[in-house]
Amino acid sequence: MDLDLTPDEVAFRDEARDWLARHVPATPLPSMDTEAGFRAHQEWEAQLSQAHWSVVSWPTEFGGRESSLTEWVLFEEEYYRAGAPGRVSQNGIFLLAPIIFEHGTPEQQRRFLPSMGSGERIWAQAWSEPEAGSDLASLSSTATRDEDRGGWVLNGQKTWSSRAAYAHWGFGLFRSDPTAARHAGLTYFLFPLDAAGVTVRPIPQLDGEAGFAELFFDNVFVPDADVLGAPGDGWRVAMSTAGNERGLSLRSPGRFCAAADRLVELHRTSDVGRAEHAGRVADAWIKARAYQLYTWGTVSQLVDGGDIGAAGSVNKVFWSELDVALHETALDLLGPAGEVESGWTDGYLFSLSGPIYAGTNEIQRNIIAERILGLPREPKGERR
Amino acid sequence: MRFLPTEEHRGFAASLDRLLTAADVPTVARAWASGDVAPGRKLWSRLVDQGVTALLLAEEDGGAGATMVDATIAFEQLGRHLVPGPWIESAAYLPVLGVPLDPEQMTTVAVPPLTPYAVDAQVADRVLVVTGDAVHTGVVGAALASIDTTRTLHEVTPDGAPVTHTGDPAKALDAAVLACSAQLLGLGERMLHEAVGYVKQRRQFGREIGSYQAIKHALADVRIGLDFARPLIAGAAVGFDGPERTRDCAAAKVGAAEAADRAMRTALQVHGAIGYTAELDLSLALLKTRALVGAWGNPTHHRGVVLARLEAPCTSA
Repeated sequence: MDLDLTPDEVAFRDEARDWLARHVPATPLPSMDTEAGFRAHQEWEAQLSQAHWSVVSWPTEFGGRESSLTEWVLFEEEYYRAGAPGRVSQNGIFLLAPIIFEHGTPEQQRRFLPSMGSGERIWAQAWSEPEAGSDLASLSSTATRDEDRGGWVLNGQKTWSSRAAYAHWGFGLFRSDPTAARHAGLTYFLFPLDAAGVTVRPIPQLDGEAGFAELFFDNVFVPDADVLGAPGDGWRVAMSTAGNERGLSLRSPGRFCAAADRLVELHRTSDVGRAEHAGRVADAWIKARAYQLYTWGTVSQLVDGGDIGAAGSVNKVFWSELDVALHETALDLLGPAGEVESGWTDGYLFSLSGPIYAGTNEIQRNIIAERILGLPREPKGERR
Repeated sequence: MRFLPTEEHRGFAASLDRLLTAADVPTVARAWASGDVAPGRKLWSRLVDQGVTALLLAEEDGGAGATMVDATIAFEQLGRHLVPGPWIESAAYLPVLGVPLDPEQMTTVAVPPLTPYAVDAQVADRVLVVTGDAVHTGVVGAALASIDTTRTLHEVTPDGAPVTHTGDPAKALDAAVLACSAQLLGLGERMLHEAVGYVKQRRQFGREIGSYQAIKHALADVRIGLDFARPLIAGAAVGFDGPERTRDCAAAKVGAAEAADRAMRTALQVHGAIGYTAELDLSLALLKTRALVGAWGNPTHHRGVVLARLEAPCTSA
């Protein structure tokens, strides 16, 4: 049992650290949820991509370095440590790409991955619907077969679609067989957001910026070439472990350490409330450290050939609550200045979304209780 | 990098688990609490035979030359199985302090101000007192009952006869803090296990109470707390000879105490009134948890230790 890196891993980490130190913008980019900020973040992605840092674990033919899992995680850790910009391409590179690698045809891989990795084409997710949130499998947007044109016609509405206000393409599930049971009869589609019949209505988030949008589908044609996996197999494709592991469960081990270190510094230099908040400051740092060590344990398990499974839910509840607590502590330490707009208020507002997105923490606790602790399933209400 | 227990670690944990499961430790612990220490001494000897007291002894002192990781594995099992006796003192603090020890002997120690009383001095073969860098044989004074009926606390005073030691008292203290953390983790795992077992069979309003979200979510939070306390303990054990030893051991104690305390409160709550009885073995775990949360520095103390040591950013590797 150890936390030691090999000489190759150290060299990789140092190369990443060095590049990031020289290239990370000195002043933060404007919010990626504004038009100008979105473009600025795309330019940053292009810069990363040119130096082959945007998707290090991908095959070289798609712009990657074929890095090992450990190296990828080391890069993520350096990325957070350097305070580099948020990844405007993350829906694509973290959530969709693993699924395209696992279920996409070679033609789809060639067509979609390079522009995704370079940040040229930004992807938005289209999962939730007005009546299908936590109960995603009850979704009702439809895909109707169009044999003449060799494809499908999409109708319905998606919502809370992250990045969709400015993104280029979307991915999501539609009901292609209305007679099949809930999870069956769903198909995974890829579609351009400027396709005929797609209407994008941006929704301002708590900070006033359009971080997500509603999508309306009015007879939107999608050719067979843009179906991911087999028709009717969409649920299985969407839930495939790779997407969950890299995108949601496995992130930079140090992703809360930088904020925790800043919180410690804020506490050290604070004039008011030092003694009062000391315990919470220590707790935030300890939890950031626990997250870091836990994540290295997860990496070791995956390297050993294990999978994350329901432990991803344990992880999600922990980090999302830590993120809120950390930022709340900072705002409290700032006293009356806590409401003044700053990196801390931005971080606080962002942290408030954590317990909700990617499966609410209530759903995660159900998963922990049922799949890890083995408690009986709760009787379900009437289905759709 | 492989931040996971090895096959050997898992085998060691499993062998202690088997031994202790077969030993009916709750009965041993109840006897210990009532003053009949013979079964507890017998169990002590069996664990000595397994090398538990020799884990952290230097090899030249007859030790096993094991690592702190091995020690935390043993302490988790001691906690999980409610084993009574001055284990932190005999198998963690004093071996690291480098006091000449007979691994067969039961030794206890007071380390004021953090640990002012010598636990179980009435049973121990040897009682020591550490003040600053000085180690003395202790003269046992008044006994005080602990909230944990399997622990008896004793006032002790140094008798003037110095005892040599080769180790660093600060490092020994960290070893005790970490051992205590691992014991708390084991206690937390035990209480969660008992609570989960109970809510699966207890029925109210026509359903197992474990099917209600109020119960599920409370127990899920216990699982989360324990899962994130574990790497803090393992990380402190792996880095025990490194520069951040004190900070990491303190962080482990905060994480383990909080997780075990949550396990304790939740296990009690989901059991309802039966959980509040001395008859149920759960009571032994509940009371020991509260005692160990405060032993060797409570979470408030250790949060202060962590904060005071936070000079460097928490970069890994």
